Amino acid sequence: MKEILLLKLGELVLKGLNRRVFEDTLLKNLRRRLSPLGRFDLRARQSTIVITPLSEDVDMDEAADRVGRVFGIATYSRAGVAKKNMESILETGKTYLAPVLEAARTFKVEAKRADKTFPLKSPQICEEMGGFLLEQFPHLSVDVHHPDVTVYVEVRDFGAYVHGNPVRGAGGIPVGTGGKAAVLISGGIDSPVAAWQMARRGLELTAVHFASPPYTSERAEQKVVDLLEQVGQWSGRIRMFTMPFAHIQEEIRDKCPEELFTLLMRRFMMRIAERVARREGCEALITGESLGQVASQTLQAICCTDAVVSMPVFRPLIGSDKADIVATARRIGTFEISIEPYEDCCTVFTPKHPRTHPHLQALEEAELALDCEALIDESFENARVRLIGGPAQGKEGSL
Amino acid sequence: MEHYLDNSSTTKPCKEAVEAALDAMTHTFGNPSSLHALGFAASRALEDARESVAAVLGVSRAEITFTSGGTEANNLAIFGAYEARKKRGRRVVTTAIEHPSVLNPMKELEKRGAEVVYVKPDGDGRISPEVLAQAVTPDTVLVSLMAVNNEVGTVLPIDAAHAAIVRTKAPALLHVDAVQAFGKLPLKPSRRGIDLLTVSAHKIHGLKGTGALYIRKGAHILPHTFGGGQERDVRPGTEGMPGILAFGAACRALPDPQKEAKVIEALNARVRAGLQVLPDVTVLSPADASPYVLSFSAGRVRAQTMLNFLSARGVYVSSGSACAKGAESHVLKAMGLSKDQIDSALRVSFSRDNTEEDCDALLSALAEGMRTLQAAR
Repeated sequence: MKEILLLKLGELVLKGLNRRVFEDTLLKNLRRRLSPLGRFDLRARQSTIVITPLSEDVDMDEAADRVGRVFGIATYSRAGVAKKNMESILETGKTYLAPVLEAARTFKVEAKRADKTFPLKSPQICEEMGGFLLEQFPHLSVDVHHPDVTVYVEVRDFGAYVHGNPVRGAGGIPVGTGGKAAVLISGGIDSPVAAWQMARRGLELTAVHFASPPYTSERAEQKVVDLLEQVGQWSGRIRMFTMPFAHIQEEIRDKCPEELFTLLMRRFMMRIAERVARREGCEALITGESLGQVASQTLQAICCTDAVVSMPVFRPLIGSDKADIVATARRIGTFEISIEPYEDCCTVFTPKHPRTHPHLQALEEAELALDCEALIDESFENARVRLIGGPAQGKEGSL
Repeated sequence: MEHYLDNSSTTKPCKEAVEAALDAMTHTFGNPSSLHALGFAASRALEDARESVAAVLGVSRAEITFTSGGTEANNLAIFGAYEARKKRGRRVVTTAIEHPSVLNPMKELEKRGAEVVYVKPDGDGRISPEVLAQAVTPDTVLVSLMAVNNEVGTVLPIDAAHAAIVRTKAPALLHVDAVQAFGKLPLKPSRRGIDLLTVSAHKIHGLKGTGALYIRKGAHILPHTFGGGQERDVRPGTEGMPGILAFGAACRALPDPQKEAKVIEALNARVRAGLQVLPDVTVLSPADASPYVLSFSAGRVRAQTMLNFLSARGVYVSSGSACAKGAESHVLKAMGLSKDQIDSALRVSFSRDNTEEDCDALLSALAEGMRTLQAAR
């Protein structure tokens, strides 16, 4: 039986004149995500996108999974295709929805008749389908208020479809419609969630990771690659920059007061991330900071780290509780990766008593002992970049 | 010339699997838990293998736990699920035609206080979806059934089991022993409501001693071995790398299942047609069984005798199922076959290595055997 995907757009329908731009970006994102699975026809009609596989051997399970991770879609349904006559619609309802109906106890039918030339009106369609399904599945009963399954019959200009309960989509707005931003990613629980949340608001992602060999291992870096691959299943392709950081940390350790170590390090990270962002055409930075979570995430500390950058810094988790962040991390599949126990650059040389209420002036004075520009240049000279989630997956190069 | 037609017992390891195992013993020999570069390389190889197994099932890597084989995976699934859920009910539903690595854990569960229901097959070895569904009650905590029976090849109604669990709102996990189906029939656990699924490497041209249990993300089971944290503590112990890497390679080497099925169907049809013209031979596998398994009874010739006769001519088949080592088959018995039919039952099982020549060699040796052995009685 022929099967298609029906996608209902989310907030997109609220957009006015920009709507075409949003829709086109969404279609482009969907095409790119589905293309490895075969050929598809995609078309937008009113607030629905219809995806029809053009070859027989398309894996519709995988296609549905992928669509479920594309931002900009409120809900989606897999639907059986019927001919535009009642007999075919009934038959399709019975065979296509059999697995769902077998597992249900109650159901109701809803009909949408966009094609007003169809001889039966919506209530009649419901009545016929309801009666027919009750005959075919004697264990079912009708419940119009809280049914286990709602059977939808959609008669549209271009065909008739039957489907069950729609599945919740990824929500948000299409990646790419909001511009580009660079996320600072360490390997913890928070930064992948922050990246995911901002991609969901339409931003395309670039990632900046700081590696401190020999203090950190290849495994720590691999963990970040794994995390970004997971985020990339939602956000699409991500360019990941790995920036050497050990020498900067050693310099800070040797030449600056111990209690300022973490903040000085954060300031370097922000400077480097901003420079990567500008090269890549990003207009903002993203961090996973949450107010008060650790010493470098107090209000005063954030003021001091913000002072070194001139582009907006998005901190989508700033007001989130850890438990909420963990729940999102579980939902998007990054939690299990994040808890792998490898040292990352943030835990190298941690001071015993980090300053929680730092003064900007003290930090700036401490930095006089360092040749900041030269250290940052050195990091860029040895930086590496790889594309995650694209055709050249994992391929590495230098800058 | 040898004709190996006992592929449901085990398959010949493929070239890719052998090479991967060799690599694990010569190059990638580090302990995946070691933090140095050699350990890291081993852990990457381990995860690649896990990804390859996961890809065949269309699931995520984190849902695959490696075990020492199908038997251990079945034990882990059955005890792990029951112990995790026994507070919510004591009823367990399975079938009378399961592999001993399911049936014997079930007997142990009965000793631990479980009420185990064994759904019986019909005369063709099929499990009725309706009967199975009726066996599932609101206090059922585990439903365990095989995807494809190893002796007669019948395909079991997994979807009906899932529908029954949803319908009765039973707190049950659904376990599927997919050892004979993995890599052969399309089987996406996430689409079919399967929580736990057993697979084995050596039935798909990997090595003996390696299997895996798919554990759906969110499906909690309790371990029954305890150790150093490997395999997310569900099945600790240093990973059996040669077997695991070979398993990954064997998965990657699997041909398109639909194309392979066409070839196997043709071989199966050839043998079925040949059997039909032999007097006194009854085919036991129904027409809708998996094409990989074909069971038949050879008139009044005892299976052991015929097996030895065929073996001497380089044709290798099984009597009943290989695990039973010649004991009377509980599957055929549950199907209600006569003692004569059970005693003379042989099983032919195919793989992608087989050719029409193998089928013809079997048929001619069998014809010769029927003539000489029946006459000698």
